[in-house]
Amino acid sequence: MKRYTRTPVGAHYGLGDWLLQRLTAVVMALYTVFALAYVVCYPPHTRADWKAMVSGGFLRLFTMLFIAALLYHAWVGMRDILMDYLHATGVRLAAQSIVALVLAFYLIWSASILWGK
Amino acid sequence: MSAAQKPRPKYYDLNLAHLPPPGLVSIFHRVSGALLFFPILPALLYLLQATLGSDEGFARWRDFFNEPVAKLAALGAIWLYAHHFFAGIRYLLLDLHIGIEKAPARTSAVVVLVLGLLATLLIGWRWW
Repeated sequence: MKRYTRTPVGAHYGLGDWLLQRLTAVVMALYTVFALAYVVCYPPHTRADWKAMVSGGFLRLFTMLFIAALLYHAWVGMRDILMDYLHATGVRLAAQSIVALVLAFYLIWSASILWGK
Repeated sequence: MSAAQKPRPKYYDLNLAHLPPPGLVSIFHRVSGALLFFPILPALLYLLQATLGSDEGFARWRDFFNEPVAKLAALGAIWLYAHHFFAGIRYLLLDLHIGIEKAPARTSAVVVLVLGLLATLLIGWRWW
């Protein structure tokens, strides 16, 4: 007789989200310390300084990595908040959709700022 | 009924002013996170775009943030970030079961609240 082995609850994306929320937090913490030290050591006084700093290869990539980490982190965090307070499925789904769209917009906007003219 | 049985139901005082330090850290972590998502992050992206976009934009926003009121508002946002940062580090340590007992967890919560304010004051002092 075949035993019932299928796990009845969850798609198990919760653990992945939980772990990624922490990994992205570590990336952001490292960036925060790095960027703060950088700005204190080389304060940008003109737009040219500022532009050169932000478009420098390493800092631009690190900034984009930071923003990507932030957006994923924000998704997990906002989803947690919405799941806690919005109990009507339709309302929660709508709110989560808005958050996802806003995050996608932030991502495209950030990339266009960092790589634009 | 056993002697060890606790009185039920329990009524927790959830008034913010009466929360123990770990509770304060927790709710501020949540509120600061939500505010960082909106409106602080889009405001920062907008500022990044405006200051990189043109010399006038750079000068305008530099002058804007020399106004005391604008500085205070920016420091408010910095405080939210700083609190979220230190509270997050505390949660990472708790995840690793460092300081998980009641007494050290309470101490670290106070440390987080103080560090968030101190970091904000330090940045404000250097900037002013």
